[in-house]
Amino acid sequence: MDAQPILRIDNLSVRFRTRNGTVDALKGVSFSVAKGEVLGVVGESGSGKSVTAFTVTGLLDQAGEACAGTINFDGMELTKANEAELRELRGREFSMIFQNPRAALNPIRPVGKQIEDVLIQHAQATRQDAKAKAISMLEKVKIVEPYLRYWSYPFELSGGMCQRVMIAIALACEPRLLIADEPTTGLDVTTQKATMDLIRDLTREQHLSVVLITHDLGMAAAYCDRIVVMQKGEVVETAAVRDLFTAPKHPYTKKLIAASPGPSSKLDDLTAVLDDNTSHQPSMTRTINSGADTGHLLEVVDLVKEFPRRDVEMTGWAWPVKKREAQVFRAVDGISFVLKRGESLGLVGESGCGKSTTSSILTRLMDPTSGDVIFDGANVTSYSAQQFARLPQRMKIQMVFQDPSDSLNPRFTAQDSIAEPLKRLLKMKGSKQIDIKVEELAEKVGLEKALLSRFPHQLSGGQKARVGIARAIAADPLLLILDEPTSALDVSVQAVVLQLLDRLRCELGMSYIFVSHDLNVVRLLCERVIVMNRGRIVEDGLADEVLSNPKDDYTRQLVSAIPHFEPGKL
Amino acid sequence: MKRFLRHLRYVMSENPVTLAAFSLFLLIVIMALLGPAIAPYDPLATDAAKTLKPPGWQHPFGTDHLGRDVFSRVIVATRLDLGIALSAVFLSFFAGSALGCSAGFWGGWTDRIVGRISDTIMAFPLFVLAMGIVAALGNSVENIIYATALINLPFYARVSRAETYVRRNAGYVNAARLCGATDARILVTQLFPNILPPMMVQISLNMGWAILNAAGLSFIGLGVRPPDAEWGIMVAEGATYIVSGEWWLAMFPGAALMAAVFCFNLLGDGLRDLVDPQRRT
Repeated sequence: MDAQPILRIDNLSVRFRTRNGTVDALKGVSFSVAKGEVLGVVGESGSGKSVTAFTVTGLLDQAGEACAGTINFDGMELTKANEAELRELRGREFSMIFQNPRAALNPIRPVGKQIEDVLIQHAQATRQDAKAKAISMLEKVKIVEPYLRYWSYPFELSGGMCQRVMIAIALACEPRLLIADEPTTGLDVTTQKATMDLIRDLTREQHLSVVLITHDLGMAAAYCDRIVVMQKGEVVETAAVRDLFTAPKHPYTKKLIAASPGPSSKLDDLTAVLDDNTSHQPSMTRTINSGADTGHLLEVVDLVKEFPRRDVEMTGWAWPVKKREAQVFRAVDGISFVLKRGESLGLVGESGCGKSTTSSILTRLMDPTSGDVIFDGANVTSYSAQQFARLPQRMKIQMVFQDPSDSLNPRFTAQDSIAEPLKRLLKMKGSKQIDIKVEELAEKVGLEKALLSRFPHQLSGGQKARVGIARAIAADPLLLILDEPTSALDVSVQAVVLQLLDRLRCELGMSYIFVSHDLNVVRLLCERVIVMNRGRIVEDGLADEVLSNPKDDYTRQLVSAIPHFEPGKL
Repeated sequence: MKRFLRHLRYVMSENPVTLAAFSLFLLIVIMALLGPAIAPYDPLATDAAKTLKPPGWQHPFGTDHLGRDVFSRVIVATRLDLGIALSAVFLSFFAGSALGCSAGFWGGWTDRIVGRISDTIMAFPLFVLAMGIVAALGNSVENIIYATALINLPFYARVSRAETYVRRNAGYVNAARLCGATDARILVTQLFPNILPPMMVQISLNMGWAILNAAGLSFIGLGVRPPDAEWGIMVAEGATYIVSGEWWLAMFPGAALMAAVFCFNLLGDGLRDLVDPQRRT
């Protein structure tokens, strides 16, 4: 490693002007990146990771301003550079990969042209050889059939392919520093692994320095040499990967490491060092109901859901467009499983595997094409979704949604949201009675009373998740379907929410179906898991067994793709 | 209510333009409500001795060819103009958003039918269509309102369709379904309040158009008939006197018209901020 760092940030402070005065986003951040090094910047949302990246690249929002400190890029002072100089550097000397590849690509320009643009901008290619160079870049990022893909528009490519194109654009001019801002959020775990491996291989090949910004400690552990931990705009710890995980110094680092679920962690470990953990008692030992009152709460028999295919080919403008044989796409392809009373079942798979469709059918928001769902002794699929809305069983199946921000009506206060099922399902009348019940529910999920009058945008992610859970348990359901309830949350918040869910299940005797893509998280909460792939169940078994000894190829792939840190493997 | 007033004060202090627009709006509303009471003269009383007097202390806006006080007439006309614009806008707002919301929410045939209807309306030159409607239905104030409402309907239908469409599968809509809410209930209680902020901008812009439209129809002799005081008619009547130097007949009602339209155009952003809970901090 070279002694002279390629990027050195000294005492950088960034301030944002907002309507409520100025906010300090960064407070004296210092770190450096050596040549050829992969530096991980880790922290939860709001810790200032992205602001750091944007300040370095000079893409900071208008309202933000670097008020102190220096950014030294290979001997050049970036905070003093003007826009023209920065433009010259961006793309050629350092480049950036963004969070959402689909949003970062121009939707109405073929991806090959977009690679050419960068090459021509920085005079790395002429109009004559730009195309050849762009295609060779596509080849480099392992896109099959680069000649054809050159003309593809971003919407025709999958998320993983779009991210590959982004990488191609970022690396086209052979920069010396690559900043990757959460490059794999929103991608499936197997795609994530492929993308990260690609970044690692390419950067090694070109001796690039990389700043990898992520909230996922496991990923940082797997791909970085050194890690900077940030919290609330400050760097709290900088250490080599091995040192950080074996001997974390700062309490926040310890908390983060504990909260990240690994393949062997237990639910209680997650918040073992959490300072504000008062409400959670050590959870009761898991009782897998094998005794008398078992009986199946839910039985799914040969469930099928077909969607009409949209992409019917139309050849040019040929006038009499013949309606082709209606093609269908089977999102759920004949799945069967049972759920015992009080049991919690994990439903795992990547996007497009049919797990969301399954949960929509189970909650009766969607009608299946064929097959039966027998809930509590009654066949609920014999009613249409509309009829079911008026049945008493309606209140017995409830759901916690994926995105807590999206699932709360922005015009309803937390109080209104929780009161909705009480009014509609339990037909409760009288505002006083409802208020009492809402407060009771809020207490159950650990939501402060003062927060009830707030609107969703005034609540944090964890608080919104609690409101969503309180709403779901308001009508005392027997079955709660959890659709990735923690995927939008920070790890430390996720840990608390998972514990809350576990406690509620013990207290209220509900059954859970936990839909997720993350096997490690599922294992914490569920006794049994079902792994789905392309609409079918590929594996069904006890959670620990499936995770430690997967039988199906796909499951094996899934398990191995999850990045995590194991002290022994470092 | 107290919370709303506090929020109102916040929105006003945030943006001086909004404050100016709201003050102007308040003035217009006062003029509309108290019109005849605060006007110094009877707007219809003619006085042959005082025809075509230029603006002065006694008659700040001068007098017209029949000796009527222009100032009083401008004030009294506010009620009629604002009344036409408000009723037309609310008619088209409710009808348009009901159609648009259903189209966006249910899609399919509802969407196609609503979409083609609004396309058909938009295919006409709107002012000519309004003229046609008033001419066919009869020359009355109600018909001006209906005509103005109809030509503005597609704008509401389109905005509300688009806004509903993107939200129809939002998590909170599904959550409401889980609570056993019917489609109609979800539309009214969950979706409609959420599309209000963009609709407010539309309403405010439309108020301006509606006033112009009503004045325009009167200007060409449709709708309101003399001797009623109305800005459009007053401009029309005064226009013939401009050549002979009596500019005040047309200028003051014209200025009132302009001020009203200007005020409504500026009001939009403020109204949106007012109904958007995310602005409440």
